[in-house]
Amino acid sequence: MSFLRRRKGTDSSKSQNLRCNIVKEDEKNNLYESPRKESYNSKKWSCWDSCCWFIGFVCSVWWFLLLLYNTMPASIPQYVTEAITGPLTDPPGVKLRKEGLTVNHPVVFVPGIVTGGLELWEGHQCAEGLFRKRLWGGSFGELYKRPLCWAQHMSLDNETGLDPPGIRVRPVSGLVAADYFAAGYFVWAVLIANLAQIGYEEKTMYMAAYDWRLSFQNTEVRDQTLSRIKSNIELMVATNGGKKVVVIPHSMGVLYFLHFMKWVEAPPPMGGGGGSEWCAKHIKAVMNIGGPFLGVPKSVSGLFSVEARDIAIARTFAPGFLDKDVFGLQTFQHLMRMTRTWDSTVSMIPKGGETIWGGLDWSPEGSSFNCGAKTLRNNSINNTDQIPNINLANMKNVNYGRIISFGKDVAEAHSSKIERVDLLDSMKADMLANLTNCDIWIEYHDIGDHRIKAAADYKVYTAGSILDLLHFVSPKLMARGGAHFSYGIADNLDDPKYQHYKYWSNPLETKLPDAPDMEIYSMYGVGIPTERAYVYKVTTATDCSIPFQIDTSVEGGSEDSCLKGGVFSADGDETVPVLSAGLMAAKGWRGKTRFNPSGIPTYIREYSHAPPANLLEGRGTQSGAHVDIMGNFALIEDIIRVAAGATGKELGGDHVYSDIFKWAERINLQL
Amino acid sequence: MASVLRFRKLCYVESAVKCTSVGYESFEIDEKLDKKEEDVLSANNFALEINKKRKQPKRQPKEWRCLDSCCWIIGYLCTTWWLLLFFYHCFPVTLLRVPELPGPGVRLKREGLTALHPVVLVPGIVTGGLELWEGRPCADGLFRKRLWGGGSFTQIFKRPLCLLEHLSLHYETGLDPQGIRVRAVPGLVGADYFAPGYFVWAVLIENLAKIGYEGKNLHMAAYDWRLSFQNTEIRDHALTRLKSKIELMYISNGYKKVVAVPHSMGVIYFLHFLKWVETPPPMGGGGGPGWCAKHIKAVMNIGPAFLGVPKAVSNLFSAEGKDVSYIRSYGAGVFDSEILGLQTFERVMRMARTWDSIVSLLPKGGEVIWGNMDRSPEEGHVCDFSKKSHSKTSLTTNNVNNSDVKRGFLVKDLANYGRIISFGKPASILHSSKLPTSDSKVFSRTSTSENFNNFSCGEAWTEYDEMSRQSIQNVAADKAYTTTTLLDLLRFVATKMMRRAEAHFSHGIAENLDDPKYNHYKYWSNPLETKLSDAPDMEIYCMYGVGIPTERSYVYKLSPNSRCKSIPYQIDNSVHGEDGSCLKGGVYFADGDESVPVLSAGFMCAKGWRGRTRFNPSGIATYIREYRHKPPTSLMEGRGIESGSHVDIMGNFALIEDIMRVASGATGDEIGGDQIHSDIIKMSERINLGL
Repeated sequence: MSFLRRRKGTDSSKSQNLRCNIVKEDEKNNLYESPRKESYNSKKWSCWDSCCWFIGFVCSVWWFLLLLYNTMPASIPQYVTEAITGPLTDPPGVKLRKEGLTVNHPVVFVPGIVTGGLELWEGHQCAEGLFRKRLWGGSFGELYKRPLCWAQHMSLDNETGLDPPGIRVRPVSGLVAADYFAAGYFVWAVLIANLAQIGYEEKTMYMAAYDWRLSFQNTEVRDQTLSRIKSNIELMVATNGGKKVVVIPHSMGVLYFLHFMKWVEAPPPMGGGGGSEWCAKHIKAVMNIGGPFLGVPKSVSGLFSVEARDIAIARTFAPGFLDKDVFGLQTFQHLMRMTRTWDSTVSMIPKGGETIWGGLDWSPEGSSFNCGAKTLRNNSINNTDQIPNINLANMKNVNYGRIISFGKDVAEAHSSKIERVDLLDSMKADMLANLTNCDIWIEYHDIGDHRIKAAADYKVYTAGSILDLLHFVSPKLMARGGAHFSYGIADNLDDPKYQHYKYWSNPLETKLPDAPDMEIYSMYGVGIPTERAYVYKVTTATDCSIPFQIDTSVEGGSEDSCLKGGVFSADGDETVPVLSAGLMAAKGWRGKTRFNPSGIPTYIREYSHAPPANLLEGRGTQSGAHVDIMGNFALIEDIIRVAAGATGKELGGDHVYSDIFKWAERINLQL
Repeated sequence: MASVLRFRKLCYVESAVKCTSVGYESFEIDEKLDKKEEDVLSANNFALEINKKRKQPKRQPKEWRCLDSCCWIIGYLCTTWWLLLFFYHCFPVTLLRVPELPGPGVRLKREGLTALHPVVLVPGIVTGGLELWEGRPCADGLFRKRLWGGGSFTQIFKRPLCLLEHLSLHYETGLDPQGIRVRAVPGLVGADYFAPGYFVWAVLIENLAKIGYEGKNLHMAAYDWRLSFQNTEIRDHALTRLKSKIELMYISNGYKKVVAVPHSMGVIYFLHFLKWVETPPPMGGGGGPGWCAKHIKAVMNIGPAFLGVPKAVSNLFSAEGKDVSYIRSYGAGVFDSEILGLQTFERVMRMARTWDSIVSLLPKGGEVIWGNMDRSPEEGHVCDFSKKSHSKTSLTTNNVNNSDVKRGFLVKDLANYGRIISFGKPASILHSSKLPTSDSKVFSRTSTSENFNNFSCGEAWTEYDEMSRQSIQNVAADKAYTTTTLLDLLRFVATKMMRRAEAHFSHGIAENLDDPKYNHYKYWSNPLETKLSDAPDMEIYCMYGVGIPTERSYVYKLSPNSRCKSIPYQIDNSVHGEDGSCLKGGVYFADGDESVPVLSAGFMCAKGWRGRTRFNPSGIATYIREYRHKPPTSLMEGRGIESGSHVDIMGNFALIEDIMRVASGATGDEIGGDQIHSDIIKMSERINLGL
């Protein structure tokens, strides 16, 4: 508008007041010349003004391009893409719509840890103006603006595992809760879009958002989340003509939904009182994506020293930089303090102990996974070689069973050669915790140097003894977690103690519901090296930092070694090893077993990882990575077919690339 | 700040400017108006300069200076802007924050109130967000993006025709057109903000959160407000979902009953729900006769449109409200061509007429409630709101000046509210005996003979195009319409729409409520044709603003524009009354909250349901809470904390406090019972409704 006015103004001034106009022109010339004169005299133009000129020029060009871009018809970028990559394949939704598939069974999504959004409902002074804004997910802008405040609000109470006083952070509800994790980083969005193509919409899709920081039973205690999920599933079944729902949990959501299925059939007050037929009546299929049924080793390193492989490297190379970057000082300590108040992290500690994950000298995977990942899996093994051969680092057996070992030599030596100090004795030895003067409280400072050394002296930890170690280094978290989660294998599932909710999320300590028509799918990516065991060291700078650190200097002998940067890798989807994702479907629940008394059919669907062919594909349509798999076209197609009514057999039954069945045979699990 | 700096710089640079100073001043004002606009302007200037440069290559040997200076100015502005922005962000948050008035939430929390009863919010028409689930190619990339409400309306300006197409419903069925699925945005985000910064429910939600409300005991019953109420159940199961949600909240919050807070059209939607939920399936929800008594503690209606709003009439009749009609007459050419290419209003009207829900807002109860040709319940209303105390004197002057009306006591009858549409000012003032009688015979006569559609204009946009010129003039010749004859009028001018919508809504008064025909859902949203449910412990609140002139009836004229595809009628905004008259710009005003007249909002609580009546057989307690409108005293207050206008009242602290007290357990008597500023009791007495 002002533009119009302005132009009119100049026009009229030209026509009406000619004289004035001429003067104006002259003055304009003066205007343009005078700074030049000045600049020639005082050298101002050359520096300051050319700076302005440059910025102005860049801005104008930028706006001009922006204008062009906005006026460009929407079809051009697509056209360009097609010209470069050839005609795009139809997304599965479009393809299956052409096949005539339509909306049939309602769909329930259960997001995993970390991917769900959290928003603030009540906070302290420092979080003013953030009411109902996202603290987690979205842009994370607040994390950078006020990091300490953010960490304070994201933490839970270290005693109860519930809200700290005066702070209420709640999950975002609805599909928006986990469709995108951050702007442009999809989680469920692609799947939702494809389901919408065949007619799904809000009334037939439901995102079972929950506060992923809490232990599973606490989501019911605090938010009645489980009741809400139950009520919503019942509602969807009722309003869709009695069609059962297809549940799609992802990552930790898999365990959460396992918990839900037990909860809903258990009588109140502990359970939902749905009766023993609830699952059979309401659920058609549970399609677990990347399910860490038996836990993930990553959670151990996360709990032990807040690092995974990626962070570990950052921590060694840029210790000063990263520490100061976000939280002013001591980034990791703050992060550790925050994550240790989250009970849910405990739910993903490896379950089943040495039976599943391997002992000191034995592991189900053996050396069958070629960590070079360039050649195909061609090294045939007939028997796991029990004697480590250090000289032949290339073909040696990897001791995956030792989830944490201190030092490379320890990681590779035979168990008989390792001298170990008894952990329990050393724990008792020095109970005098020296009170340090650190500002930031983490439980390590209650422990004392002596005992840290003792923990390191124990040298090697398996999936069984890792629990002792975690109890030792973070007693409060484990005490809280122990009331909500269990990691063992049940001897006798009919023992009445297994009625307690702490066992519900452990597939090795619960029976599946009595629902023979239900189907359980394990869908996960394979072909990516996945963290499986760690080599640790004790850090030298002890005063106020975390005393343990992954020893990133430890490398395997050759290119193809599974040991890289202090981490032993195995086959998996980058986060969950195949063993954890597939074992229950391959063995624990296959057929009628004591864990699956009604013989619910299980199907394994593996998706071999293929990185995106070019940049235009974004995160890839054939990815097998833990989160990116949600955009895998083959997986989406499977889900849509099941949602539209197909059974597991019609999909093609099992679809296996990895050696999961071979490994399953090696595991001596009583069924 | 930046502009001042720049201005000083310019002054410094040009030493002897005389004539241009005025020009620069105007420039300054522009700049203050909008920084970004300024930037665009300079960019355009830049282009102009280029042209200039091409035209006069020889005159100025160093003409590249122009271009340079332009760049220089832009760069200078940008840098200053960034610098200021940088400073702004460097400031501690508390320094710049406008000292907000502590809302009632903080105070009540100190008093010790905590969340007790779960709260259900029911949004009204227009304020709820709509998002796209399936669309035509032109709406590419908008999947699950908002088409309406919430975010910005930028898409409307980018592809207006596409948006209109997607927001329209099917003209015959009132449901989705083929290949388009637009759905309500669920959750609290569905209607917390209508546009960025324009709150609807956000203030109430924030205050409720202060005393402990959160997702588990606060629910937004979002529904597609374009559909008729029963269709929201048929298409989206919206009513079933609401029922299930209320039951869940009731159980999971320790068997505490729910407080429902509907707003505007949500009020009649919730009325529909209350009947639906107790009716046996398949038509109803099968909750059984005790459902409401068991689950609902109170219904706190905000700005309730119980008996309809006259605004809906003008909207359906000519797609204009008070504000729009001004635009249409003054900026006829500009507005028509600007946004939608051509014929903005015709397209908007075409879209609005596919929305059944608007029909639900037509005035209900006919002449009994809204008045007939010569009588209306509001008669004697004085419109000069600002000078209420001096009204007596102005009345007497009116009396002297006015020669049209002979009888002195009829002076106030200048506002003949009963005639909801009249053609020409005389028709709105003259006594009915002097007017040609209007009856539906006219319609039957013309409609049968002349319903041969003249498709000379090609595709018919609205049903007006299917009418002949003759019948259009016949309608205007009938001079004045009351609410009863108005329905006939609408049935005549928009036959298909009314046929479609009247299967879902009814606008009459029941003679005998026990007649089995009233079990049909079309009567459920009309408080004059349904009984309230049997829930003697429930409470009904009518909470609304008063003290704002509200559209009540209209003076129309034939539109001079006779080209194809235009709306043949138009509010005659050249018609004004004298000072103190209720007639302004072709619209008669009455007391209300800017959208809903007091009569519609308060009558049911004041009379229709007060005590045990045939509409309220179990004697549910009703309370009237009126909030006198006070405009915001300063700019800091934004839209005001004591506002009484239809949407802004959601930020009224007194109203919020009332809601919070009830939600945390208080009864209507405890918050002070009735609180009345208007003449609603007097008006209701004048209405002769059998109870």
